[in-house]
This record gives sequence, structure tokens and C-alpha cells, in this order.
Amino acid sequence: MTTRAAFVANLQRALGQNIRQYGMFIALFVIMIIFSITTNGIFISSRNLSNLINQTGYIAVLGVGMTLVIVIRHIDLSVGFLAGFLGAVAAIALRFWDLPTIVVVPMVLVLGGLAGLLTAFPVAELKIPSFVASLAGWLIYRGALQLVTAGTGTIIIEDETFNAIGNGFIPDVPLSIVPGYHTLTLFLGVLAIVAFVISEIRSRNKKLAYNFEVLPTDMFVLKLVFISALIGLLAWIMAGYNGLSWTMVIVLVVVAIYHFITTQTVLGRHIYAVGGNPEAAELSGISVKRMTYIVFASMGVLSALSGILFASRLRSATTTAGTLFELDAIAAAYIGGVSAAGGVGNVIGSIIGALVYVSLTSGMNLMGIDIAYQYIVRGLVLVAAVVFDVTTRRRGRAG
Amino acid sequence: MEPPILEMRQITKEFPGVRALDNVTFSVKRGEIHCLVGENGAGKSTLMKVLSGVYPYGSYSGEILIDGQPQRFFGIADSERVGIGIIYQELALVPELTVYENIFLGHEISRNGVIDWNETIRRANEMLRKVRLDVNPAAKIRDLGVGKQQLVEIAKALSREVKLLILDEPTAALNENDSENLLNLLRELRDHGVTCILISHKLKEVLAVADTVTVLRDGKTVCTLDGHSGEVSEQALIRNMVGREITNIYPPRNHQISDEVMLELRNWTVYAPELGRYLLRDVNLQVRKGEIVGLAGLMGAGRTELALSLFGNAPGYRLSGELWLKGRKRVFRHPREAIAAGLAYVSEDRKAKGLVLIQDVRQNITLANLQALAKNGVIDRNAEIQVAEGYRKSLNIKTPTIEQQVVNLSGGNQQKVCLGKWLFVRPDVLILDEPTRGIDVGAKYEIYQLMNRLVEEGMSIIMISSELPEVLGMSDRIYVVSGGRMKGELPVAAATQEKIMELAVDY
Ligand SMILES: Nc1ncnc2c1ncn2[C@@H]1O[C@H](COP(=O)(O)OP(=O)(O)OP(=O)(O)O)[C@@H](O)[C@H]1O
Ligand SMILES: [Mg+2]
Repeated sequence: MTTRAAFVANLQRALGQNIRQYGMFIALFVIMIIFSITTNGIFISSRNLSNLINQTGYIAVLGVGMTLVIVIRHIDLSVGFLAGFLGAVAAIALRFWDLPTIVVVPMVLVLGGLAGLLTAFPVAELKIPSFVASLAGWLIYRGALQLVTAGTGTIIIEDETFNAIGNGFIPDVPLSIVPGYHTLTLFLGVLAIVAFVISEIRSRNKKLAYNFEVLPTDMFVLKLVFISALIGLLAWIMAGYNGLSWTMVIVLVVVAIYHFITTQTVLGRHIYAVGGNPEAAELSGISVKRMTYIVFASMGVLSALSGILFASRLRSATTTAGTLFELDAIAAAYIGGVSAAGGVGNVIGSIIGALVYVSLTSGMNLMGIDIAYQYIVRGLVLVAAVVFDVTTRRRGRAG
Repeated sequence: MEPPILEMRQITKEFPGVRALDNVTFSVKRGEIHCLVGENGAGKSTLMKVLSGVYPYGSYSGEILIDGQPQRFFGIADSERVGIGIIYQELALVPELTVYENIFLGHEISRNGVIDWNETIRRANEMLRKVRLDVNPAAKIRDLGVGKQQLVEIAKALSREVKLLILDEPTAALNENDSENLLNLLRELRDHGVTCILISHKLKEVLAVADTVTVLRDGKTVCTLDGHSGEVSEQALIRNMVGREITNIYPPRNHQISDEVMLELRNWTVYAPELGRYLLRDVNLQVRKGEIVGLAGLMGAGRTELALSLFGNAPGYRLSGELWLKGRKRVFRHPREAIAAGLAYVSEDRKAKGLVLIQDVRQNITLANLQALAKNGVIDRNAEIQVAEGYRKSLNIKTPTIEQQVVNLSGGNQQKVCLGKWLFVRPDVLILDEPTRGIDVGAKYEIYQLMNRLVEEGMSIIMISSELPEVLGMSDRIYVVSGGRMKGELPVAAATQEKIMELAVDY
């Protein structure tokens, strides 16, 4: 009896303290359940979810970069057409210059980084508002995209290695454990769970050794079980349809890198400090200029990656590629809990935000809902997410 | 008998992990100056925020009575309606607007939504006369000094016909003259029937103006004393605030200054092209190992510019002259380089320039020296927690956990977080800009002790302070800055308040 009461109290406390973090997961979960019901389970099918995640890829990577841009109190509107333009550059390099994918991809990523530095230059050096600087970029890259595709129109990409980035799946081992399921994907899922559990236990033990505060044991076990189940479920669903796609692998790697940088490194802390109070950061020896360049360059690289993912998925570069990507990325970041006041937001949130956003599109498409209503619903969800975020944050502060 | 103008009964207010107010009872008579004193984090500001409706009815328990009538305030607008005006610890003026626009901000004089500017300016002039402020009402706030801004705040409150004026540490950022003016103004207002509540850590000031003093400690009312009956003295206040006696405000130390010069400025000159004038001219200064050097002077004399320019933060300024640190000539283009070379600068403006308010105590303390906690750029979180816990204990920072956002700490505890952050840099030369602004007597004493310990360990300290007793009490040597020039150097034995002031006002 008392143990159960204690358990409930612990649970309430843990949830209460982290309502903002869990809120996004819960929202995603609810949306998925609703669509599963309204589409008679088609939405939740392995095939649909696999497609959905692959479609999220190019918005998700932009969302991750945009999160950091917004964290340092800026915005980058140029990323959509930059992605489109760089996708076209990739297509031209493959098709007309006959370069192999292995050369084209790094080349385009570097170009993206340079473009980011270019956007950052007037922002960092001349204190031009990033809204204006990147709006100029929006116009320029849009023009550039039309220029390079003017002669040819849509450029079809025939390089199968390149097209696999957006459409291919990781190979399987010649061993079938569960018939009809992708064995390597299942294996990777199990591996991920084991790695997760071990690292959590290690970090907890270390904290205990220092006598720091940790989650109560019951909550800790609950967290382990819950997240392991989530990873397991995801692996199971993906294994049910061709396994992990290369897009997923790329997105996971990007998220892992950015999550690590933002939460564990000096660089990440410096970025958030600049967002929280640029003057204090500057006086603490952090160069605000340098952080601005780094964050915009990272945004540029991720725009290039987004362009590659998109071109590869369509197996072509079109004259309108990238249209409105920037707004989707901004929406994903805001749904994921980033704050325009600076210094607040995290990349996991933005990925969930992107998933929410794309789930809405996908689910409503399956239901055959008119595109006009789709826009309205997406707008409402955006507002609801931000309202939720702001009110829970305020509650957390004022008690 | 007529009821007191204000009565607060059994007020309790909790934040997660903190009971900021615990059954506080507070009563203010009509037409008095009532001082509210207590240590940092005692709950003074919180009590006033409850009173003014910042924390709305329902978020606390207890009763508020104005003129004997129970009140429920759901926002500041509600408390303004019954004649309460509050001037916060941090000023709330819009720098880019003019004086008259600020005075009437939020209750503009208008007809059908169209502002009557002539009437606005006429009334603004009237208010400015009342607070004895002689400025052009069309001047922008950002062009006024803090002292004048403070008076504009009061004019703003008066224009709303306040009956009860609350001032939260109004003199913390003022020099002696401006403080004196402000206190005189309060006396005058009192004689015209405005009741004032004054929060202050400057006990001399409290003794001078208070009709009544209430002392808070740890969220509880300790006592209410009558200012005219002789029961209020500095010792009595300290004893009630801190719970123990502090006899010597400036703790003694073993002066053991070596001859080794740590930092030297030669003909240091700072020109601001945007303003078209020199901020500093031909400044010469020496700081030896183990020495506390006081920089005295009036607000705006150029002391903060001096500190910032030698710290590598001089955006757009043209510097000339030489900076020598530990026997080497140096040029710092960014604070990063200055920090790496062994300098640290604790800003006078902790909120705007010292802290990342939305981050927690731990993140703020380690911000300037994360490299020390990192291997290959990855932060060792556990080591970081240990460092932060260490400073929390040694500086006695009042916070439920080091995971608390610093925006939620009381002003004085925020200051301690700033200090901790710069101590963690382990500098050779520590520049403190108004280190005890807004800090209670007990904590002041702790900070002075800390300064003594640091110099005994061989650190050098440059202390910028506008409080002459502090400069005299703590420094080994005193420089006086005025109008961007070094006006003189005094060994502490030869210095007096009069001598310093003489130099400070000499342009
Ligand atoms: N929004 C908040 N959230 C959490 N705790 C808070 C919040 N505001 C104040 N506190 C806590 O309440 C206590 C009282 O704070 P308060 O600001 O009233 O102190 P104070 O007496 O004004 O101190 P100071 O002299 O330093 O300004 C402190 O422990 C502080 O940390
Ligand atoms: Mg206060």
C-alpha cells in the first residue's frame, strides 16, 4: 500500500518535472493512435511508417539545424531553396560531370557549409538582422536554382548509389530469425537497447558514487523499460518492411551527433549561453561571432544534406525543389519546444516536432482529406504545441 | 482608531523547493516611511510582489487589507487602482522612449485613443518638478544616468496618484549624492501624505529615514521596530537580520604585499568614435601581487570602461597605451584572451552582463571555464556538479538545488553566483565592479573575508566601488578616477572620504 502510494507520488513528480519533454512524445503518440483508428490501421502499418519516416528525413535534418539557429536568436529563411539549389548541383555533377556519388556528396556538403558562412557574414560582422540576410539568400538561391535548371528542366538522376540514399535500405544478413522480418534491423534494435540500458546504469552508478541526486529506483526502472520498449517497437515496425532505410540511418546519426554536441560538449554549452545572454557570454570569453558562424555553417551543411536526401528520394532535381522547406523546418523546431527568446530548445524535440508535422500530412492524406483543410489543421497544431510549451514553461517557473 | 493603510496577514508563498514567505505579518501606518530589511533571500522582494499583484491572488495564502478593506489583486493593474505603486529592484523604463513617454506609459493622456501630447508634456513637467528632476522631458531615457532614471520612475508612480509607494533597493546603484536626494524626496513625499515602503541593504540610510523598520529573516517576520524610540541601531538591525553580532564590518587581514607588479597600465587611452570623445585619457595604474586596489569615483567616471577595455571588451573603441600583465606587454582583443592570461571581471550589472538567467546555477558557475572540466571538448558532468556544489557551499548561495534557474534566485544570491563563476576561472587579477551592490551585511562580510583570503593566497584585486566606506575599509591603495582621468593615488592610511570626494568631483 505505502509502496504503491510512494510509486504514484514518484511518478507524479517525475512527470510533473518533465511534462514538457514528455508532452511531445505523448502528442505524437496520440496523433498516431487517432490516425491508426481513422485509417483502419493503414497508418500504423510498417510500410506506411517506413515511408513516413523517410519523408520526414529532409525536414528533420533542417529542423535540427534550425533549432540551433533559433537558439542563438536568429532565423535562416534561405535553407529551403539552398537545399533545392544544392540538390540540383548534385544532380548536375552526377549527370553532366559524371562524378561519382562518393565525390558529389562531400562536395555538396562543403558547398552548404560555405553558403552558411556567407549568410552568417553580414549577421556576425555587421549585425544585419538574420531575417533580412537570409531572406536575401532565399531570393538568391531561388534564382540560382531556376538558372541551373533553366536549360534542362527537371534533371533525372540515374546514379543508383545516389538514389539509394533516399530510397534504399540497409542490407540484411543471410539469416532469418523471424520470418518476414529484417534480421539485421532487429539485431540493431536489440543492440541499441542493450547499449542504452548499460549507459544509463553506468551514469546512475557514477552519480550515486558522488552522492548526487538520482531518480528513485522504481522510476529509473520504469524509464528504462519504457524507452527500451519504444526502441524495440520502432525496430520491430521497421523490420516488418525492408528494415532500416539509409535515410533513417543518416537522420539517426545526425541526431546523435547534434544531441551529443548540444548536451555534452563545451561547444554546445557555449551556443546555448550565447542564446541565453549574448553579452554575458561575450564577457565570459565566448566569441558570439564565432558561434554565429559555426551555427550558420552547420545549418548550411544540413541544408545540403536535406537537398541530397530530397533529390535522391525523387531521383531528380526539379525547378521548385525546396519550396517552403524552411517554414516546415521552423514549424518543426517550434513544435519541438524551441523558444524565440533564445537559449531554449533541443534537437530531440525538433525531430519529434518534424515527425508530428509529417504524420499529420501523411495521416490526412491517407484519410483523403482536402489539402486546404490539411493546412488549417497543421496551423492549429502548431499553435496548440507552442501554447502548451509556453504555459508549461511558465508553470515550471512560477510554481 | 483609523486602520493602517496596509496590513498583510499570515502571508505564505511557496516556490518549488522554497518557502519564500512563511506566515508573514506586515503592517504599515499611513504617512510613514517604513523600511523593510533582511538578508538576501529573506523574502523582501517576494512580499512586495505579493502586495503589488505580480503574484496574483490565489498563488499565496493570507490576507491583504488596504485601509481595512480586504483586497484581491490579480495583476499589477488591480493594485495600481487602489493606489499602490512599485519600483522594482531592476528599473522598468523603456530606454528608447523619452522621459515624458515613459512617465505616462500605460496610462497615456488621450481622447478617443489619440494622445494629447501637449497635456502630456505639461503634466510631465509638473511631475518632474515634484521629484526635483531638472531634465528636458523630451530626452531619451538611455541618455540619463541611473540616479535620474530612478527619479523618473518615481515621477511615473506619482503621476498615477499613488498613496503607497514601494521602492525595492532604489539606492543600490546610486552614488551618495543621488541617494541623499532620493531620501530627501521620500521625506518630502511623506510630508505630503504619501506612504513609502523602502527596501534597502544600506543600514545607514535606513537609520536616517525610517519611521518604522520591519526585519525579515528566512521568510518570517522577526520584529517591527519604532524608528523614533531609540530601539533602532545598526547593531540591533544586524543582530535581527543575521541572528548574530557583526562588530567589525571590514574584517582585518595580514597585509603582505610583495613588490611584484602584476598589472600595469601606461597612458591607457580609450577613444569612442561613435560618441566622438575620450572615455579614458592617459590612465596609469599599477597593481601588485596580493594587493587590493580600490578604484573610487563618481558614477560615469569611466571606471567600468577602464575595466572592460583592459579586459578585451572594447567594441568599436580605439585604444592606445600599454597594458602589462605579469611582466609581459599584452593586447587583448577579446575577453577570451584576457581570461586565458589570468584576468577576470565581475560585472556591475549581473542581470544584463553577468548571468545567463534562464540557465541554472551550475551552468552559470562553470560557463567561463568549461575547458577545465572538459576532455576533448566533452564536459565531465559529474566534475561540473562537484564544482558547482563546492561554490554553493563556500559562498553560501541560497538555492534549493544547483539545478535552479538563476532567474529565480534573490538578487544577492545572483551576485554570489557571479562571484563563483569568476573564482572558478582562478584568475591572477580579479576585477570586481561594485561587488557588494544589493548584498546584505552578513553576505558582505563573507565577501570581504573571501577577498582577504584571495589576496593572502596571492591574488590581486581591483575593486571598483562607489561606496566610500567600502573603498576605505578594504583597499590597500586607492585610485580616484574622474572624467576619464586618473586624478590621484592615495595609500589607504592617508585617505579619507573628504579627500577622495575632492578628487572625484575635480574634472
Ligand atoms: N520565481 C521564483 N522561483 C523560485 N524561487 C524563488 C522565486 N522568486 C524568489 N524565490 C526564492 O524566494 C526566496 C526569497 O527571494 P526574494 O527575492 O524575495 O529575496 P530578497 O529578500 O528580496 O533578497 P535580496 O536582498 O537578495 O533581493 C529566495 O530564496 C529565492 O530564491
Ligand atoms: Mg530583492
